[in-house]
Amino acid sequence: MKELIKLENITKNFGNLRVLDDFSLTVHENEFITLLGPSGCGKTTILRILGGFETADVGRVFFEGKDITDLPANKRNLNTVFQKYALFPHMDVKANIAFGLKINGKSQKYIDDKVDYALKLVNLNGFEKRSIDKLSGGQQQRIAMARAIVNEPKVLLLDEPLGALDLKLRQEMQYELIRLKKELGITFIYVTHDQEEALTMSDKVIVINDGYIQQMGTPEEIYNEPENAFVADFIGDSNIIDGLMIKDRLVRINGAEFPCIDEGFGNNKPVDVVIRPEDVLVKDRGYGRINGTVLTRVFIGVHYEMLIKSGENDFEWLVQCYEKYDIGDEVSLDVIPSNIQIMHKPTSSDEEAIDIDI
Amino acid sequence: MKKYLKFIYIGIVVLFLYLPIIALVVLSFNESKSMSVFSGFSLKWYEEMFSNRMIMQAVINTFTIAITASVTATIIGTFAAVGIDGMKTKQQNLILGFNNIPLLNADIVTGIALLLTFLMFGISLNWGTVYLAHVTFCIPYVILSVRPRVNKSVNTLYEAALDLGASRFYAFVKIVLPELRPGILAGLLLSFTMSVDDFVITHFTRGAGINTISTLIYSQVKVGIRPSLFALSTIIFALVLVMLLLVNFLSKGRKESVIY
Ligand SMILES: Nc1ncnc2c1ncn2[C@@H]1O[C@H](COP(=O)(O)OP(=O)(O)OP(=O)(O)O)[C@@H](O)[C@H]1O
Ligand SMILES: [Mg+2]
Repeated sequence: MKELIKLENITKNFGNLRVLDDFSLTVHENEFITLLGPSGCGKTTILRILGGFETADVGRVFFEGKDITDLPANKRNLNTVFQKYALFPHMDVKANIAFGLKINGKSQKYIDDKVDYALKLVNLNGFEKRSIDKLSGGQQQRIAMARAIVNEPKVLLLDEPLGALDLKLRQEMQYELIRLKKELGITFIYVTHDQEEALTMSDKVIVINDGYIQQMGTPEEIYNEPENAFVADFIGDSNIIDGLMIKDRLVRINGAEFPCIDEGFGNNKPVDVVIRPEDVLVKDRGYGRINGTVLTRVFIGVHYEMLIKSGENDFEWLVQCYEKYDIGDEVSLDVIPSNIQIMHKPTSSDEEAIDIDI
Repeated sequence: MKKYLKFIYIGIVVLFLYLPIIALVVLSFNESKSMSVFSGFSLKWYEEMFSNRMIMQAVINTFTIAITASVTATIIGTFAAVGIDGMKTKQQNLILGFNNIPLLNADIVTGIALLLTFLMFGISLNWGTVYLAHVTFCIPYVILSVRPRVNKSVNTLYEAALDLGASRFYAFVKIVLPELRPGILAGLLLSFTMSVDDFVITHFTRGAGINTISTLIYSQVKVGIRPSLFALSTIIFALVLVMLLLVNFLSKGRKESVIY
């Protein structure tokens, strides 16, 4: 795949606040890349630097190999779907969508056809004359998409485009977006703080915290093999437990020894262990590796979610299972080796940062 | 009974507010020159007013100054409000603080200060100096009414326009200005009324040759006011009334009324 966008060693400060620190990123043609991170971690800032609305203090931006660091926003061949849509309120739907085409001096015929096509694409045919304030949130979102894609940008930047929608609509729109992406064949750079959204939609997820890339990979890699405690904690619920790597393929957690599949951590080294709640097997007393007591239980749809206290330091396991256990039940827990994920312990947050820096 | 009292109360309030104006209107149609006795209906004071060149010149001055000064101040103030938004927060607060001082400052101080400034630079007092003075005191009002409209969402709309390829100028004219329009109109109307209303500052900056309605009336007090000035005041009151009704009527049906 061809390299399309490259951010090189971007540093950005707002006053004394360092939002991005030596941030580098490469995006290939036709990728669906998601920037995922908690609120305030610098996601919007990255998009704004790409869009040309913010200039980096240090570093360069490349587009198709050309340095566009100093190119103004209106000369860049990419379009943005803004966090709050930013539709022009005093124009109707058609004027909004046609805005970019008019500026580019397209003929009326071309504009009419294109608007028509875009409205069909987002399933809103017949909405031309609607005024913006008479649209629902989901419809506004679609118009914002339509307004961006009629200009046939090489890249679409989307800043939490589904953030303001309710759960059901959000899920619907996720599929719509994937379909649009396929039909248009353009590159999406997508920003969200919703891990589920990131995992469902993207080819590649970039987990960011404090302006640093924590991990980059496919959704499967991010979910199954988190590289550090932050990623593990941020992506879905998980049990992050202090462990001791006794030797290759054997780890001591919670007072019991578990066989695992990781190697190369050394002998008797402290590590962080991640186990997803759905990977914890709940068994009757005597059938598992460690004993525990059910503390709480809630039914969350398909399965039950329980907190189970166990082991020498009373660790509380978050567990999801289909069978019903009562509070106070004495149970036993087990995990199969491939579901145990071992991570290096960060010595300090500084070192964690430096690690990623290099 | 309670309802009854309510109406009486409102009646008294309205009477207090409008009795002076009613007195003015009635006396403007008086036959005699008396300021207290109505002796019969006549339009002669209106005739006198329209044939009095001094009064007519004052009316022309008042409105030419009000229109040109309010338009100038609105243009400058709008650009200022937009420009202030691009500054750092600290600078913004500083500038807006400076902006508020003339608003709170006594007119007489502003008037004398302007007079001294004109004299210091050897500018002779005439229509132009009054115009400049009015522009000066109107700008803060415009900034005050436009500034709240220049907010984050307008900024985002502006960026959205740039994102779609618009030049800065095109984005400003097509997207930003329509968003600011209610604030701009409010500023314009406010400036216009402030200008027509002003006496003190005009008095100090007008020089010998020119009069506005307010300075003319003031100068007549010394020699005795003639009822033709009642006639003039009545007409101005009627004009303002019509204008207000018109503005209210026009802004009805729209979401935001122009006058808050
Ligand atoms: N113009 C600005 N001036 C000062 N600080 C800013 C500015 N823009 C952003 N910041 C700060 O930079 C940090 C990163 O902001 P950014 O908008 O990139 O976060 P984000 O990851 O998009 O968050 P969210 O998910 O809430 O949208 C925040 O701490 C924010 O307060
Ligand atoms: Mg953001």
